Formats: sequence, C-alpha cells, structure tokens
Amino acid sequence: MTPPSPGKDAILGAIRRGLKRSPLPDDQQLGLRARLAAHPRHLIPARGQLPRPEQVALFLRNVEKEFGTTARIATLSDVPSAIADYLAANNLPTDFAIAPHPELEAIDWTLRPLLTRRPGRAQPTDQVCLTHGYAAVAETGTLMLPGSPHRPTTLNLLGDTAIVVLRASRIVGFMEAAWDLIRAENHDSTTGGFMPRNIMWVTGPSRSADIESTLELGAHGPRRLHVVLIDDDPAALLTDDPTTLT
Amino acid sequence: MLHTRPRVALFVTCLVDLHRPTVGFAAIRLLEQAGCQVEVPRAQTCCGQPAYNAGDRATARDLAAGILDAFSGYDYVVVPSGSCGGMISHHFAGLFDNDPQQRTRAETLQAKTFELVAFLADVLKVNTVPGVYQGTATYHDSCSGLRELGIKQQPRALLASVSGLTLTEMAEPEICCGFGGTFCVKYPDISTRMVSDKTKDIAATGADTLLAGDMGCLLNMAGRLKRENSPIRVRHIAEVLAGMTNDVPPIGEGRS
Amino acid sequence: MLATSPAFKQNVKGALADVALQKALAFTRPNFSGKRTAAVANLPEFEQLRDVGRDIKNHALANLDFYLETWAGNVEKSGGTVHWCSTADDARAAVLAICQRVGARTVTKGKSMISEELGINDHLEKYGIEPVETDLGEYILQLRREPPSHIIAPAFHLNREDWEESFRASHTDLPDDRVFGERRDILTEAREKLREKFLAADVGITGANFLIAETGSSVIVTNEGNGDLTQTLPKVHIVLASIEKVLPTLEDACTFLRLLARSATGQDMSVYTTFSTGARRPADLDGPDEYHVVLIDNGRSAMIGTEFQEMLRCIRCAACMNHCPVYFTVGGHAYGWVYPGPMGSVLTPSLIGVDKAGHLPNASTFCGQCESVCPVKIPLPKLMRHWREREFERHLTPQTMRTNLAIWAWFARRPAAWRLATRIAAWTLGRLGRKRGKFRTLPFASGWTDGRDLPAPEGDTFFARYARQQRDNQA
Repeated sequence: MTPPSPGKDAILGAIRRGLKRSPLPDDQQLGLRARLAAHPRHLIPARGQLPRPEQVALFLRNVEKEFGTTARIATLSDVPSAIADYLAANNLPTDFAIAPHPELEAIDWTLRPLLTRRPGRAQPTDQVCLTHGYAAVAETGTLMLPGSPHRPTTLNLLGDTAIVVLRASRIVGFMEAAWDLIRAENHDSTTGGFMPRNIMWVTGPSRSADIESTLELGAHGPRRLHVVLIDDDPAALLTDDPTTLT
Repeated sequence: MLHTRPRVALFVTCLVDLHRPTVGFAAIRLLEQAGCQVEVPRAQTCCGQPAYNAGDRATARDLAAGILDAFSGYDYVVVPSGSCGGMISHHFAGLFDNDPQQRTRAETLQAKTFELVAFLADVLKVNTVPGVYQGTATYHDSCSGLRELGIKQQPRALLASVSGLTLTEMAEPEICCGFGGTFCVKYPDISTRMVSDKTKDIAATGADTLLAGDMGCLLNMAGRLKRENSPIRVRHIAEVLAGMTNDVPPIGEGRS
Repeated sequence: MLATSPAFKQNVKGALADVALQKALAFTRPNFSGKRTAAVANLPEFEQLRDVGRDIKNHALANLDFYLETWAGNVEKSGGTVHWCSTADDARAAVLAICQRVGARTVTKGKSMISEELGINDHLEKYGIEPVETDLGEYILQLRREPPSHIIAPAFHLNREDWEESFRASHTDLPDDRVFGERRDILTEAREKLREKFLAADVGITGANFLIAETGSSVIVTNEGNGDLTQTLPKVHIVLASIEKVLPTLEDACTFLRLLARSATGQDMSVYTTFSTGARRPADLDGPDEYHVVLIDNGRSAMIGTEFQEMLRCIRCAACMNHCPVYFTVGGHAYGWVYPGPMGSVLTPSLIGVDKAGHLPNASTFCGQCESVCPVKIPLPKLMRHWREREFERHLTPQTMRTNLAIWAWFARRPAAWRLATRIAAWTLGRLGRKRGKFRTLPFASGWTDGRDLPAPEGDTFFARYARQQRDNQA
C-alpha cells in the first residue's frame, strides 16, 4: 500500500485545475483504460512492409548503413566459424564474454577450439561480447535486446566489439511487430506483465558527433557491431530462379 | 471561366502607399489587364500587423474591424504583399474569437483575400504578363508569402514569361532577410547580420536585379545593398510584371 | 541554472563579435538542417506522422492526470519509486536524499536538460558528491564550467583546440606533451577517463525522453551509450522526468521514435533507444538494485489550460533552433538559460517569468521556419506573439515603444488623418531624398540607419496620386 503523497496530490491537483475539471469520471477512465488495453497502432511507414526476402535484405542494408557489419550463415552450428572468421579478420582476441542463452550454449563450440567463451554478464576487461538477438526491425536496421538472465545488458555495452547472433525468422518489418512479440512471449514475474527491467533497441555501434560535428564511432559503447544472421526462415530466402516462385 | 468581370478591391498596404505608389498602380494594371474591375476603398490605412506583432490585440482588432467594413461586398481582395495578405487571410478571424458575428465576416473576407501574384497565377490563371525587362534577376521568398500563403512557384512562373529576363536562384532564397517589422529596429545587431548574409547570397548569384513581393523586405535588402555600394537594382515584382520599370527608379536610387 | 536572459542584448553583442562562435555556427548550420531534410525526404509518411504525433500528445495532455497516475502505479508495480516534485527545490532535495542514503560519492549523469534546469550538479557538489557528466559534449562543458548552447549538441560551439586545451588542463595525470593527432584521439581519451567513472559510480542519473503509462517505463534516446552505462552499472538509477513526458502506450512511442531522431540529427533511429522498467529482476545478472523517478512539475502544470499548453507537446528535438536564422546568428548562450532558440523563447518565460525572459519571444522575425519543421506542429510564432501580448498587458514593453505604437495607432484608426500625415511624410522625405534616392542617416531612425540606408519614398502617396487620377479621369 503506497503511503499518501502530498507531492502527488499537489501535482495532480494543479493539472486538474488547469484542465478545469476533477478526476475523470468512471466512464471516461474506462475508455482510456480500454485504449491502453488495445494499445492501437498508428500510421506505420510502408518502408518495412515488404515480402520476407526483401525485408531481411532491408534489415541487413540498414545495419550496414548505420556502420554495423553483417554475415549470413545457414544454421546455428555455423556460428563458431563465423565468429572465428570475424575475429581473425578484424585482428581481435579470441576470448569473449557470451550471453548464457540456451541456444548459444547448445552450439558445438569444439569446432573452433581456439575460441574461449565466458558465459555471463560482461566485465570491464572484456574486449569482445557476444549476445543473442531477441528480434530485429527491418525498417531501421535495429536489434531488439531485452535484458534478462539469458541476455545480460552489459554485453551490449562494455566491450569494444559487440556481436549479435540473430535468427532471420525474428526479423520483423517494423517496431510495432517487435513489441507484439514480447507482449506475447515474455512473462515478467515482478510486474505480472511482459516488460523486463530494460530493453535496448540498438542500431549500429556507439557514435558521437560532438567534436566539431564530425562523426566518430565508439564513443562509450562498442566501436564495432557485428550481426551474424542465421537463415532459419525459408520464406526469407530468394530462390535463384525467379520463374520458380509461386 | 469568368463570365463577368470580377470586382476586386485593392488593399494597397501602408508601405506601398507611403513609399512606392507605383507598385499599387502596377497591381491595378495587372489586374485590369487580366479582366478585373478594380476599386480602391479609401477607408484603408494599415492591416494592423505592427500592433498585432507588438502584442496590442485591441488596436489590431480595431483596424481589422475597419477593414471588414471597407472591404465587404467585393468578389476578391488583392494585396501586393505576402505579409499583409497573410495578416488578413490568416489572422483576422482569430482576432474576433469573442464576437461570432465579426468572426464570420472575417472568415468570409479571409476566403476571398489573396496576395497579388498568387491571385494572378492561381485564381485568374494568368500565365503571361505584358512586362519586358532586360536583366538577370534573383527572387527572394518573403517569409509570410512562402510559409503562410504557399507562394513559391507562382512568381517564378510569371517572371519566366517576362521577355528579356533571366532568373537565377540564391543559394538560400527562403531564409529570412531580417526585416521582421519592428524586429529590425528592436534588435538591429541581429537584423543587420541577417540582411548582410542575405546580400552576400544575392551578390553571389551574379544577378543585376533583386525582386520580391513585400515592400518591407525590399526596403531592408535595398537599404543594405545601397549601404554596401552595390549596383544591384531592387524592385517589387509587380513593377516588372506590369512593365512599369520606366516609371520609377529602383528602390533606393535617385532620379538621374 | 542562473539566467542571463535579461542581458540578451549584451549577450548578442558578444556573440556577434565572437569569431570562433561565428565560425562554428556557419559550419554547423548546413549540417543540422541538411541532415533533417535528407531524412525527411526518405520517409514519405513523415508529414502525416507529424499530425499523428501532435494528436497523441494533445490526447495525453488532455488526460495527463490519468496517464501520470497509471504510469506511477506501474512504476511501483515494477519495484520502482516515484518522487512527485512540484518545485525545483523538491526535486533537488529528492535526488540528494537518495544519493545520501546510499552513501554516494560519485554520480554519473546522462544528458538531461532538466537537470540543468534544476541545477542538480551544483546541488550535489555542495554536499560533497561528485557529479560526472558522461555525454561527451556535456563532459567538456562541465570541465569548462560552461552551460550547453544547444539541447542536442550542447558543445557544438567549441572547436578542437578548445577540447584539447580543456583535456590537458583537467586530465593532469596524463603526460603533458601527449599529441592529439586526430579527433579520434580526443574521443579515446574521453572514453578511457569516463569509463573509470562509469565503473566507480554509486548512482546514475538520466533524463527521460518519454514515460510510458502502460508499462511504467522511462525511455532514453541516445547515440553514445553513456546513458545506458549510466543507468545499468551503478546500484541506483535515478530518472529525472517532467510531467509532460508521459505517453499512453508503447505503440504511441513508436510514432515519436520515428519523428525524434529524424528531426534532431537526421538519423532514422538513434543508436540506443532504451526502455527501462524498474530495477533488476531477481535472476538478472546486471542492472541497478534501485530505480527511482523524480517526476518534476516546476511550472509546467501552470501552462495547462492556458494558451501555452501546446508548448508541452515539445519532444526536445531541436529542429526549431536548427532552422532558426536568429539562433544561427547569435548561438545558444545568448538566450541566457537552459533552452535556446524558438522553443526556448516560448518555454523560458513560462518557467522563469516573462519579466526576466521578455527579450526572447521578441527577438524573432516570425519567419515561421521553426513551426514548419516542428515534428509535433507547435505554432511557435503564435506562442511568442502571446508572450508579447502578455508583456503589453503588463506594461513590460519599453515605454518608447508603447508611445510610438500609440501614436501610430491613433493615425491608423483615422484614415483621413492618416492620409494627411502620410502625404506630409512622403513629400518631405521624397524631396530630401530625391537626388540620392536614399538616406545614410536620419534623425530618430538610427536603429535602421546604423546598419543600412533608408531608401527615399517616391514623394507622393498612392492615395494622393490615385485621387488625382480619378479627378483627371472625370474631368
């Protein structure tokens, strides 16, 4: 039971005086609660509303537009080699922090024994952090990274390099569709709702243009963002021969 | 197609009246040549913008009421100024929020009030004008005309029909020249900087002539150009469209 | 923050003479407006989204009490605490109390204009707590003890040399003779210095771009990652948010996210857009133990139900100042307080009084650029005009102006008198100026003639000439 709050009464009272009314009558409150429950969508740009192959292609293009890099692989089991290749190509160390996500833990990492994984949250000394993408938005090239025991938030922030493993089937056209996913899939026992402590929507690596309006990457967050996309969505793959499309 | 000659009342504007009557006569010529019957109600002084923008709503309301009376009964009211045209067509009704009858009269007047060039192009569908002008001109988009009244393409289209005239654009024709009514004397430092930036842009076009549709902007820019000893000739667009540039020297130049 | 807005005219003089500032303004202006123009051109639905945004905000404001109560209930459900603060004093006290209770020594801060408004940093320092601004632009301003000059790019008025000089002066543990080869080197040094602070902080304070009633969430929209490090690493996260930030739902937020970054920096989406809902959950491996929202009124409720209510739609994108010819002539510091440019000219008198901030809504030509780019269609010139009306009613307008206006109005109301007065003026000036066509100086007109010539009138008035012509035609 929350204690009475004079501050709250003062502010709400001042607002109501401005609006020239008392607290809303019950029927109007009901209407507003109905609007909250329905959480209606507003105008959604056409940009992300594409057939699946174009949608995935748009997502990847947008990640690259915002200074991220991408790689496309066939299955989860290709993850270790994709990571090893990426780290080698960028002259990065082979040890990294990794999200303790069941899908990542189920991968056979012995294929690349030189990679050293440390599951858990990120530490300040981590140079490379790998996390599991919950979903992504094609419209803007944005990754949806809800914090959870399986996806510690610090993995998005502390390393110089952030790698996100993402299933193509989790790419949606626009943000509203991503909100629908977490509304349907997540149960938060603290609130009884679906919101975790924190959801980071990430579009590219950290940047700043504060110094003479010149863009530099890696202000405080990662300087590199690499998305490893698993092509687990057959509908998202373009067939080679357009005449075979039904 | 208009079967009878539209009855047009000319709102002269105080700056045209006081400073450059030729613009008013150019407007009349253009309107008559386009088939209008033009009258000039004598009971007009000022649209009231100076009071309105100074926060003196009472005076603005009184002046607006006078205009509602003097300009009722015409088919159209035409104004050779975007800011005065905008004042009448966008701000008058709001002055009478507490008087429904006056408000309705104001809304009626608003609906038939047009800036001169917009009226010629959009309502009368004029696409050629009698004017002839040898020179290269650049056109400044006055703020109210542009943003309140949507005047952008119309002056350029009509100027394109003036034989002998070449049009060239500033890098930033839409940026404010720094006049702003009393702003230029309340904050002269800022205003002078803004108009100097504008004259730099004008000079960089290589044009020999500056045109616009608002006397306030024109006096401001001409004043600065003359202070800079610039040879650029400054005129109101109506003078050029009506072919009356021999009737009066450019703004800020003496009779030679 | 102490306001120097009454000294606007002196501030302007200084700004116009400041060569470095003028260079930064000229360099930055095309950047800001060009980026927005390109982003808007790339989204065909942008204009419609402006209407949607305006309507959502108007709906939220009309039901602000309901949505704030709903939001607060959801914050509490998530384990957070709401501190309802009517005044700046209340807010400062609330922030200090939390910091003192947890024995905070270092507090990191994400960029928050409202924390400038409340003077949070000064207050914490007074009680021996070290606030550290972590947004790069705010960091260097803190080192230089300068206020921000823009609400998105607070230090754009500084050049490289300023950065290097301030870093050398403040980061005294680093070798004096180190070389800053590229801008990147400045960034790297800041990153290392601030990383130490992020890790050492006991409390992290952020602002909030939005509050979401449906979930009790706060939203920050950033690019650097400092806001996220500020709110995730320390044990305590404090959000500073003013009452008008609340939106009903997550879907409502989607519209604003489409409007905000485009209007501010020309990005389709900022790098980090983070929704925070309460403190860490029992099984989380990271995150703060405590989540507080200091909800601030500080004069905003007084705007509700007045002609200034529309200003509460503002989402602090800075598009208005990015397109303002006055702002880009004088820069942000001239406005004298936290919020510069057109939005500052409307908001500042509401928050600190029109007697102190009176110059701001007057220093505008009403060119309308601000209104044309505002993502939520705030009629900024109209609101500035309303401030001028308030000043006129309260006789705050300078006496000479009132007198001149009264004289002018007397004539304007009387066409016959006006005709006579204008004939005299036109004839006199026309005769005096006939040869040269202009006046270099004129008594009582130095405001004009200091900067430009006054063109001479033709010499007779339109009405005199017209009347003559009518008579001649009838003859």
